[in-house]
Amino acid sequence: MATSTPAARTDGQPPPPPHGSAGKSGPRRDGSAGQSRRNLLHRLDVRGVPYAFIAPFFLIFGAFGLYPLLYTFWISLHRVELSSLDRMEWRGLANFTELIDDDRFWNALTNTFTIGVISTVPQLLMALGLAHLLNYRLRGSTFFRVAVLTPYATSIAAAALVFTMLFERDYGMINWGLGFLGVENIDFENQKWPAQFAISAIVIWRWTGYNALLYLAAMQAIPRDLYEAAAIDGASRWQQFRQVTVPGISATIVFTIVLSTIGATQLFGEPLIFGQGPNGISGGADNQYQTLGLLLYEEGWRNYQMGRAATIAWAMFLILILVFVLQRVVTGVRARRSARPASATRKTPATPKAPSTPSVPS
Amino acid sequence: MGTARHRLGSTLSALPSRFPHRSANSSPHRSPHRFPTLAAVAAAGLSLVLVAGCGGGGDTGEAKTKDGKTVVTMGMFGVMGFKESGLLDTYMKENPDILIEADVAGDEQTYYTALQTHLAAGSGLKDIQGIEIGRAKELVDTQADKFSDLSKTPGLDHFLPWKSSQVTTEDGKLLGLGTDIGPMAVCYRKDLFEQAGLPTDRAEVEKLWAGDWAKYVEVGRDFKEGSKKAKVAFMDSSTGLFNAMIYGDEKQFYDKDGTLIYADNPVVKDAWALASGAAQSGLTAKLRQFQPGWDPGLANGTFATTVCPAWMLAHISEKAGPANKGKWDVAKAPKGANWGGAFLGVMDKSPVKKEAADLVAWLTAPEQQAVIFEKLGNFPSSKTALSIPAVANGTSAYFSDAPIGQIFGAAAKEIPDEQVLGRKDGTIKDTFSAGLQLIESQGKKPDVAWKTTDERIKKLTR
Repeated sequence: MATSTPAARTDGQPPPPPHGSAGKSGPRRDGSAGQSRRNLLHRLDVRGVPYAFIAPFFLIFGAFGLYPLLYTFWISLHRVELSSLDRMEWRGLANFTELIDDDRFWNALTNTFTIGVISTVPQLLMALGLAHLLNYRLRGSTFFRVAVLTPYATSIAAAALVFTMLFERDYGMINWGLGFLGVENIDFENQKWPAQFAISAIVIWRWTGYNALLYLAAMQAIPRDLYEAAAIDGASRWQQFRQVTVPGISATIVFTIVLSTIGATQLFGEPLIFGQGPNGISGGADNQYQTLGLLLYEEGWRNYQMGRAATIAWAMFLILILVFVLQRVVTGVRARRSARPASATRKTPATPKAPSTPSVPS
Repeated sequence: MGTARHRLGSTLSALPSRFPHRSANSSPHRSPHRFPTLAAVAAAGLSLVLVAGCGGGGDTGEAKTKDGKTVVTMGMFGVMGFKESGLLDTYMKENPDILIEADVAGDEQTYYTALQTHLAAGSGLKDIQGIEIGRAKELVDTQADKFSDLSKTPGLDHFLPWKSSQVTTEDGKLLGLGTDIGPMAVCYRKDLFEQAGLPTDRAEVEKLWAGDWAKYVEVGRDFKEGSKKAKVAFMDSSTGLFNAMIYGDEKQFYDKDGTLIYADNPVVKDAWALASGAAQSGLTAKLRQFQPGWDPGLANGTFATTVCPAWMLAHISEKAGPANKGKWDVAKAPKGANWGGAFLGVMDKSPVKKEAADLVAWLTAPEQQAVIFEKLGNFPSSKTALSIPAVANGTSAYFSDAPIGQIFGAAAKEIPDEQVLGRKDGTIKDTFSAGLQLIESQGKKPDVAWKTTDERIKKLTR
């Protein structure tokens, strides 16, 4: 806009009238009151507009994120039943101390952790491998990329129901297949580790493709010449993968780990449907696959104790915060430790390399 | 030179935007600046509207369709039979100004959880809601004010005496009208009995375990010895046996004044002892009723008997399928008991309370209960309906023409006249089922399983 005005003047044409309001703005131009008002408006424009533009998010976050979070904490200090939410009995931190003494909580916490590990680790490794394969020049690559994402588009309920049928003890397809190998029918639901593996299978099936696409996107941002250079240096495919690809997408890997950790903490739908009926809520007859999410649901929507359910919700929130603080501390320490030797090693190869570079083109 | 000046001029004129007083004077710069102000106000306003809009709205209680019909909505669970038997269609044909919208949730636990949430939130409720017997007491104790009082409905005396009292508050408010009850019998597979060398005729089968559930377990041991198929169990689950035993008594988990007595109640203790013994001795197929594995078990004959309340017959015949027609039979249980049953309640806030109450009264009237019994086997809670010939002489073609009217009618008469319900009956029953599974499927010792169950019940009733 700014450049067009003088260009027009040099052409000898008059400046365009400002919306035909020249007469109106004329007197104001001299008045100092109007001047300062316009200054204020302009400053509001520059300073205020960005806030107004991001306001919708913060308003909605306040209403649906922050307020529920604080209100949940308020509830967790009370004894409240779902059937009579208006009657609240002050308990202070008693819900929290009781929770710490409750072995169901620790059981659910370990289950959440073990199911989280056996679902997240293979899932991310498989996603990495898949993404690497998809990154090759393939015929019909779009088809494979879409195909890899389809499980993610399936609803949790549908996926969990189908897997429940597959893992069923007497007539499930997996036991039927194992039967050919001479394996006795496995009671997936009732045994701790088989149940946890079965639930992990649902999670892995649903999320691997999603993570693979994230990795693929990051991999495509890695410059081709890095691979070419590595190939010229004689690096094998595996070495290229380890030395070029993985470091190149490390930020994305951290991102998926964060996402999966949050997802694992909230694990709920899969075990609930896997257990079917009352056993789903309690995570099996022996709570063998009860996650924190399920324990929360059991307290809130089966025992109707909202205060205790809110306490678990807050405990989960605190655990997540703790995990990320720990993660930051660990990465901070590692970064500091790796920074020192790195600066020392970088100096030595850098100096001989400098004179060698001009010799290559000649 | 000219071009140089031009360039300089353009750079200078590019500057003004950084100097407020100049930009304010040069008119072309004003219009783009005014636009954001308006946009910002609009954006902020819009977001407020969005936030406010989410809070408002909700149930408008629209009760009329475009052609002037009054809409009555129903929330039900399982196979309550009104939709399945075509009774709702009949009612709409007889009352052309009524449109019934019935919503059926398959699983009662899911249904009740949603109902509780809706009751707490005060929205999302249907005009008519089904109430399962295990939840009756809790609703009577905590949610009575949200239900409309049906005690003034004319002609209520046709119900069995104990049925209506289960959903009546202390001050006489009636929260629902009874649908079916669950007198119990034992459903058994004749072909599997024959293979195991046991009698197949229902009169002789009844005699094997007459009077005592312990004898039923004894028959199981004989069955196990005689059966040639190692994979066929005598009963589906130990929980069925447990339920049958406790529900034959006046009191189960609670005393009349609402104190928990399950731990000392001899009925519960005996039932636990017998059921856990059966669970340990491999007489069960280690299945959970109404869960995956149970249905194909019914169809493929992985177990020979199951304790069956009247309402279960519809489920068995559907899941076992036409291929097994005539293989199943029904025999009288050692002792009469009542497992399950339901009510239909009208919500107090419903805009069509009167129409809903009329519909409930019609659906639970003796004639309609008889129709449901004929079509689906759900047993009437109406005394009058028991003497309707269709009920009294009812037989089931699927279950080898068993005289189910007689068998369940006799069992209904053995049901104690008073049944003490407790607030957490449903959940406690589920907890006992899980406790028996600890023995059955996890190999825990009965006393360990009892201890776990006891702790769990203490935590959930705390």
